[in-house]
Amino acid sequence: MAATDEVTTTEREAPSPEGAREDAGPAKGRSTVRSLLRLWPYVRPIRGRLVSAALVAIVASCMRLVIPITLKWIVDGPVADRDPGGTWLGGALLLAIGVAEAVLFGIRRWLVARPLASVEAAMRADLYQHLQRLPVSFHDRWASGQLLSRATTDLQLVRLFLAFPLTFLVVNGATILIGFGILLAQDWHLGLVLMVPAVPMVILCSYFEKRYSLAARRAQDQIGDLTTLVEESVLGIRIVKGFGQHRGQARAFRSLRLRLRETELRKGSLLASLWALIMMLPELALGAALVLGTVQVADGDISAGTLVAFLSTALALRWPVESIGFLIAVSNDTATATDRYFEVMDAPEAEAAPAGTPSASAAADPAHAPAPADHPGRADAAHDGLRFVDVSFQYPDAPPDSPPLLRGVDLHVRSGETMALVGTTGSGKTTLTALVPRLLEHTEGRITVDGVDITALSRSELRALVAVAFEEPTLFSATAGENVLMGAADARPRELERALEVTQAGFVHALPKGVDTQVGEQGLSLSGGQRQRLALARAVVGNPRFLILDDPLSALDVHTEALVEAALRQVLAKATALVVAHRPSTVLLADRVALLSDGRVSAVGTHHELLRTNAEYAALMSGEGSDQP
Amino acid sequence: MTTSVSSEPVASGHTDGNGPGDGPGQGDGPSGPGGGGGRGTGGDGGSGDGAGPPAPGAGDPFDRDDLPTPKSASRTLLRSLLAPLRRHVWLAAVLILLQQATVQAGPLLVAYAIDTAVPAFRSDDNGPLIAVAVAYLGSALLAGLLQYTFVRVSAYVSQGVLLDLRGRIFRHGQALSVDFHERYTSGRLIARSTSDVESLRELLTEGLEELLGVFLSVIYISFLLLYLDWGLGAAAIASFAPLVLLVRMFQRRSRRVYAERSTATAAFIVKFTETMNGIRPVQAFRRERANERDFGKLNASHERVNGTAMLEMARYVVGSRLVANFAVAAIVMWGAYRVASGGLELGVLAAAALYLRRLYDPIDRLGMFLNAYQSAAASLDKIAGLLAQRPSVPEAVDPKPLPERPAGRPGREVVFDGVRFAYRTGGEVLPRFDLTLPAGQTVAVVGATGAGKSTLAKLLARFYDPPPVPAGERDNGRVLLDGVDLRELATPDLRRGVVMVTQEAFLFSGTVADNIAIGRPDATREDIERAAKAIGAHDFIAALPDGYDTDVRKRGGRISAGQRQLVAFARALLADPGVVILDEATSSLDIPGERAVQRAMDTVLRGRTAVVIAHRLSTVEIADRVLVMAGGRIVEDGPPSELIAGRGRFADLHQAWRDSLV
Repeated sequence: MAATDEVTTTEREAPSPEGAREDAGPAKGRSTVRSLLRLWPYVRPIRGRLVSAALVAIVASCMRLVIPITLKWIVDGPVADRDPGGTWLGGALLLAIGVAEAVLFGIRRWLVARPLASVEAAMRADLYQHLQRLPVSFHDRWASGQLLSRATTDLQLVRLFLAFPLTFLVVNGATILIGFGILLAQDWHLGLVLMVPAVPMVILCSYFEKRYSLAARRAQDQIGDLTTLVEESVLGIRIVKGFGQHRGQARAFRSLRLRLRETELRKGSLLASLWALIMMLPELALGAALVLGTVQVADGDISAGTLVAFLSTALALRWPVESIGFLIAVSNDTATATDRYFEVMDAPEAEAAPAGTPSASAAADPAHAPAPADHPGRADAAHDGLRFVDVSFQYPDAPPDSPPLLRGVDLHVRSGETMALVGTTGSGKTTLTALVPRLLEHTEGRITVDGVDITALSRSELRALVAVAFEEPTLFSATAGENVLMGAADARPRELERALEVTQAGFVHALPKGVDTQVGEQGLSLSGGQRQRLALARAVVGNPRFLILDDPLSALDVHTEALVEAALRQVLAKATALVVAHRPSTVLLADRVALLSDGRVSAVGTHHELLRTNAEYAALMSGEGSDQP
Repeated sequence: MTTSVSSEPVASGHTDGNGPGDGPGQGDGPSGPGGGGGRGTGGDGGSGDGAGPPAPGAGDPFDRDDLPTPKSASRTLLRSLLAPLRRHVWLAAVLILLQQATVQAGPLLVAYAIDTAVPAFRSDDNGPLIAVAVAYLGSALLAGLLQYTFVRVSAYVSQGVLLDLRGRIFRHGQALSVDFHERYTSGRLIARSTSDVESLRELLTEGLEELLGVFLSVIYISFLLLYLDWGLGAAAIASFAPLVLLVRMFQRRSRRVYAERSTATAAFIVKFTETMNGIRPVQAFRRERANERDFGKLNASHERVNGTAMLEMARYVVGSRLVANFAVAAIVMWGAYRVASGGLELGVLAAAALYLRRLYDPIDRLGMFLNAYQSAAASLDKIAGLLAQRPSVPEAVDPKPLPERPAGRPGREVVFDGVRFAYRTGGEVLPRFDLTLPAGQTVAVVGATGAGKSTLAKLLARFYDPPPVPAGERDNGRVLLDGVDLRELATPDLRRGVVMVTQEAFLFSGTVADNIAIGRPDATREDIERAAKAIGAHDFIAALPDGYDTDVRKRGGRISAGQRQLVAFARALLADPGVVILDEATSSLDIPGERAVQRAMDTVLRGRTAVVIAHRLSTVEIADRVLVMAGGRIVEDGPPSELIAGRGRFADLHQAWRDSLV
């Protein structure tokens, strides 16, 4: 039974690394249309507007085609008849058409402006919501910049696509058909002459566009490399300067720049060919039509007005034909952007509700789990504390043949007890603490809080029980007070004061606006020790039943450390706590110590016991004998 | 348009009563509604970053991302960028003039064909028709060829400019001193060399050519129309007046909307980045819903202004189209009237009609180009402002050599000679002091946060210089290394002399070995491994998937904070300096790690002069001498044993530490 549990638990985790590969190249058989169709759920609410906008645009576009016909009517009618009065009518008609065209195009834009902004916003909100619920292991693998570019550039591209290329693929297609219809109806010889270059042009354009977008993608990658180097040389400026390496950095940067320029020049020459073609081919056809038309006018086969109308119709059709290649290229880019967006959206969220399997697994092992599927806090198990049973963990992106980081951790932190967790650098202490609030999901075994399997609780319930102070104290752009009160939404001002007192964070009262001072990225920057104390206050503010502290005092100087320790003892007395410790002073906060080595808990005892009986522990705590590996 | 999005992820658009218009020397220009910053003196239409932290020293231009810049700086910059490409610029100019001329020949040929070739052909004279055919063919081919050459030449020019500019920003950023970096923030510097260069690139590669083309074609067509018929031409030119008014109005209105939009963009970007970077606390403290509410608000205000921007564009397009279509209708009608009454040739009317189409076609796009132009101009201003900064720690102009170390004496002597340090904004950090660290001495510096320990270290590492003083006043002293002023040492000499290991152990992308080799780029693999072994980093590096060749940014390259610090130490060991400074460099190490560092200092770095700054007093035990700092002054100075035996601050600190050890 235990074996099947393992299988199911592993399977549960399996899809997440698969779905979120960052280097997922364009999958085979990816079709632009199929990618774009995924936008449908977001476009659906505004489909009416979008369709009417397209219809309006088609009408407006046809108005342009009517202008030459009116011109013809003027030339062949009043002008040929030498009837100046008749031109008024033609002029009025021209004006009416012009006004109608302008107004219709305006209506088109007006129809879609706000709805498209709302599509973009809705997609962004969904992305944000989804990302917040993705497991931490996902975020470990994805740089926030990658995610941000999906929320900004990619979504903007989608909005622009819906606003123009999508509409104009339809509109220009229709315009081309109608336009050539008009041309052929007027004079099918000349019409055919003009149609000759249309086909090779579309083909050549899409050929060049394809190569161009390849070069463009390469340029994009190279800009990415360049940006990485820029970021690193700025973030690591002290090292670059400290070792006098700025020349070397500049050299590396120079070679990247030169590579980029090469690609950009390649883009330039492709663009040059494309533009030359676009200029030349239609001009040649127009020239041929002009000569043939002149002969026909001279022979009296067609009227001068027809020739004028013909040429200006042809002119009006130039842009729609030219644009097809460009529109297809943009559609391709948008499809890529859409894929990038859904690549993240498809990553499976950590499931919200308690899953069936884990409770079943709990039930399967009655010795350790007296209250498997029941609600937390049942009387008989309420004081069981925190229990790890044969817990293993492997990072999903670790090489498959490497041994798991944690393999078979057994540990019981009794209710109300404080347990220090000690181990060498890289032994997995921080990882183990991340398993309790399910920031990371253990791959095997069981973790229970007061007898309840943590996978039987919803994440929200679990995290309400467990408060954490991380090794890296992150403050958010909010006031100092808000940052602390994040730990307990319903805490009162008095509790805030108490938490600040416990963590010796009284310095906030000396800030310009006291607890209401803005801190974080957009506010006052605090020192590492100050941030650490606030982060600690955040963990203790709500009097949580379970406390996880990851080396909570590392950035404090000796005096402050002693003061915090003294106050922290009171808090720890009431909670079940697991404290990662690097130093004896932190260890002394705890009732007992667990030594983590080789992926399991190898010894548990009081500090003095272990110091006496365990050589590895003694080495870790005193540095004596650490010469032997 | 993409520029507004990528602008300044870290820039702040905070809104608590520190909007535009307050702050000394800032409040010119109207305070636009909703402009949470970003509408300062220089940065119109640019990215929406407002005031930085309302920290002490507000009024510091750094907080506003608005560096003091000479007015003509961006023009001078542009000129100096174009200067080496002068010939290509001229060539491009001639090419586009010619190209536009050939393009505009078409309708003229139409007029000639209708008015001359048709009658001639009727009287069996094929000459004019053949001339039309040849001329059309020729102009089409020529136009294509010229277009091709122009695009290539202009790509060469713009890429040359960008290559140069990227290099300048990068080199300049690297040359500027650490105190500049501390104040300017990494985000802004990154934005300068990415999104700002990008908006310039967009203009140069996509917009400028079109803008020039539009400009030239308007001029050509106006002249051609005037040439064809004076009256028709004048009418067309008259129609420019309302169009220009319209464009200006649009520019004025859109500038505000776009500024608002980039502020809104920056606001949601900050929130987004913050959430993703702090995902652990977000999830652990169940901030998801609260975040969604906040983000929803920011997103909604972005949505609103985004829609407004699009509507603004719609308004412009409708307006300009109306004017253009009205002008076309009126001019054609007038022309037709005159042809009908015999005052004008039919061919001229046809040509005029064709020209008018071309004249007004690009107006829609003009609005967009102008926006691109504006945002590029704003970016260029910011870049020019950055490049105008002079490094406050300049390289030595006429470097002196570092004296050879006498055999068997690897350390160097350090003398602070009458040194005083104060920030530009006025706060004195270190009052004047003298200090001599004999060669080979290990000195521990202890004291509370803000006591001036790090400033002392940074002066010694020459991250800072003693600040310059106005002529006539007593200077702020010198820092001497074996008798040579640090300011007179060439960079390679300085770095062989002094190396500093800091608390933040940054790893560059590349392999672990690459990262260690930064200490000495020509080091062999054996050297690197020896350094790693000496510091006790070899075991964990060997256990990584690819050992020393593990890419620190790739899969499996998970390196903890403590391990990073060990790599940083290995780097310093490899550099083998005469003076080594450790600034809180052991804070993330566990005790065995700290011991390994101490051992390495005792063996590999034996005899070097060492300055150790640490919270933990364990390091002090190996020190020959302890300096206790408070309020920027050295208040106690002596061997540890002596100080411990005394009754000063250090004795107290040490007692507290001993107690904590148990």
